[in-house]
Amino acid sequence: MKEFEPGDNAASIVSVTDRVRPVAIGMPVTAVHFLGDTAAFVGAEESVAMVSGKGEISRVPVHGGGILCAASDGMRIVMGGDDGKLVTLSAKGEVTLVNVALHPEGAMAWSAGKTAFVRSGKGEEKSLDVPSTVGGLAFAPKGLRLAVAHYNGVTLWFPNMAAKPEYLEWAGSHLGVVFSPDNKFLVTAMHEPALHGWRLADSRHMRMSGYPGRVRSMSWSAGGKSLATSGADAIIMWPFASKDGPMGKEPAMLAPLQARVSMVACHPKQDILAAGYSDGSILMVRLNDGAEILVRRNGTAAVSALAWNSKGTLLAFAAEDGDAGLLGL
Amino acid sequence: MPELTSKKIPVTVLTGYLGAGKTTLLNRILSENHGKKYAVIVNEFGEIGIDNDLIVGADEEIFEMNNGCICCTVRGDLVRILDGLMKRKGKFDAIIVETTGLADPAPVAQTFFVDEDVQKNARLDAVVTVADAKWLSDRLKDAPEAKNQIAFADVIVINKTDLVSKAELAEVEARIRGINPYAKLHRTERCQVALSDVLERGAFDLDRILEIEPEFLEAGDDHDHDHHHDHDHHHGHSHGGLKHYHDEDMQSLSLRSDKPLDPTKFMPWLQNLVASEGQKILRSKGILAFSDDDDRYVFQGVHMMLEGDHQRAWKDGEPRESRLVFIGRELPEQTIRDGFERCITT
Repeated sequence: MKEFEPGDNAASIVSVTDRVRPVAIGMPVTAVHFLGDTAAFVGAEESVAMVSGKGEISRVPVHGGGILCAASDGMRIVMGGDDGKLVTLSAKGEVTLVNVALHPEGAMAWSAGKTAFVRSGKGEEKSLDVPSTVGGLAFAPKGLRLAVAHYNGVTLWFPNMAAKPEYLEWAGSHLGVVFSPDNKFLVTAMHEPALHGWRLADSRHMRMSGYPGRVRSMSWSAGGKSLATSGADAIIMWPFASKDGPMGKEPAMLAPLQARVSMVACHPKQDILAAGYSDGSILMVRLNDGAEILVRRNGTAAVSALAWNSKGTLLAFAAEDGDAGLLGL
Repeated sequence: MPELTSKKIPVTVLTGYLGAGKTTLLNRILSENHGKKYAVIVNEFGEIGIDNDLIVGADEEIFEMNNGCICCTVRGDLVRILDGLMKRKGKFDAIIVETTGLADPAPVAQTFFVDEDVQKNARLDAVVTVADAKWLSDRLKDAPEAKNQIAFADVIVINKTDLVSKAELAEVEARIRGINPYAKLHRTERCQVALSDVLERGAFDLDRILEIEPEFLEAGDDHDHDHHHDHDHHHGHSHGGLKHYHDEDMQSLSLRSDKPLDPTKFMPWLQNLVASEGQKILRSKGILAFSDDDDRYVFQGVHMMLEGDHQRAWKDGEPRESRLVFIGRELPEQTIRDGFERCITT
């Protein structure tokens, strides 16, 4: 398997739909993460479907009831469920109840209601109460620092320091949160169809609006030069390469279709991204010239999960109805 | 755009002051042999224990929206919960939201108008308020929440009627009518009401404003009639004091016109009215006849939020009459009447 290089003559739409290996997950899928080359399709309830590179499916039960959230570091997936349990899933399909497990390889954070919890790599657990229910969590790329999004702002917390957590205020409900890979910016997806950003050095505000729908998917391009977002009928790419980030700049709009972008996933190494749409179509798009390659045709349920493996050689996707696929490049 | 399912999940909002019997009604709905599965959003688990249904806890977080609408609040927890439930479509047929006894129904209702994703998947079916026949009259005096719940309701279940005399029941009904003459009333003991009377009402469905029309149209007359009747009745039992069952601060106001309205005047007027007085206006509804327009226009609103559409062509022989209803607190009646008059074509 070699790494994917888009050809120079890819100006018109090229289709790779014949190379997609369909996968019948048979349940609604809300997220997909790679554990090595195994694509783990996280269901809306009960179980995760682990799909090997060869397309073999095994179902792993993880929760009794709905699966509410899932995060992955490429080694494991941590999921919280309606059953009040937090579990991790390894590439081998081992499910461990987090509350009784100690995983030495790295910190993890989770929330329940208005409390955010952090467990360090050493297994120390700390918690922080914020004013309202936690909307989203993100670790800073450097140091053990956690961003906790909630109503009316974001709390930045160093769990290992006694200092009072920093509070970045902006009216409204903040649901998703990401740090830029260079640790200079923090961006939240709001309940309103807009993003809000802060430059961390001086807490300067950046309001990124104009979306027709709520932004549910954000992905940093390789190297963190731009932030790809869903929520419009084109991929909206905000420039973050300069020190001012997107302040005073227009976003780039790529791959417009007659459907809303529902998921975005930037390639981990190349300036390419994959985007899924509300009509089921999936495109790969080259960032510098917007050249498109068709991965999946339209006419089905909305794309609800999209991910690259860490090498960038496999793309996994799933739609709301459980129809899924793998593309090897 | 192809949708996964075109059918929106109906949502019933169940309100009622503390102790009125919300949980009794909820348990009745769930235990009835109706073959349906419900997802129930409750504030306190507790006395609800049903195997077959999905019970989700809520925490009544009220969020303000940054959309320039000052009274526009939504239930942030509900947005999250509904989002999660919608990933599990097919596991339930309908949703019931039980509010706490002290809750204002407006943020719950507004959640269904403001949030795009909620709107795409779910529709508000009706606000059902359970009222305590014995204690509601007192609560209307000392608890603004109880009054809000009555004013907001599409369906009111007057419960515990076995604990009051006929006269007391008449009085509480008259008080309810004084606030909200448009809701469907049901008298019950232990919430024994037909499920079809509280579920699948379509009270917020613009297309069904037609179906609720009889009550809607007769409401004004009923209103007066009830008042006179109860007035006499009341004196007959010498409870004394209250002359009419007009609530001091919560009223309804109905407007009508046989002459067509000028849409270029009416629409801006209505929008300005809800923008400036929306905090006072809890609910609004209307069927409108515009000049040079062969279609009926229907609208409804919650506080500052309005939605409206052409519904269908006026039928031959059907009187082209416009009717509007506002329910609210300290409504500036004369200002509204004058403004409306100016929208009528001459």
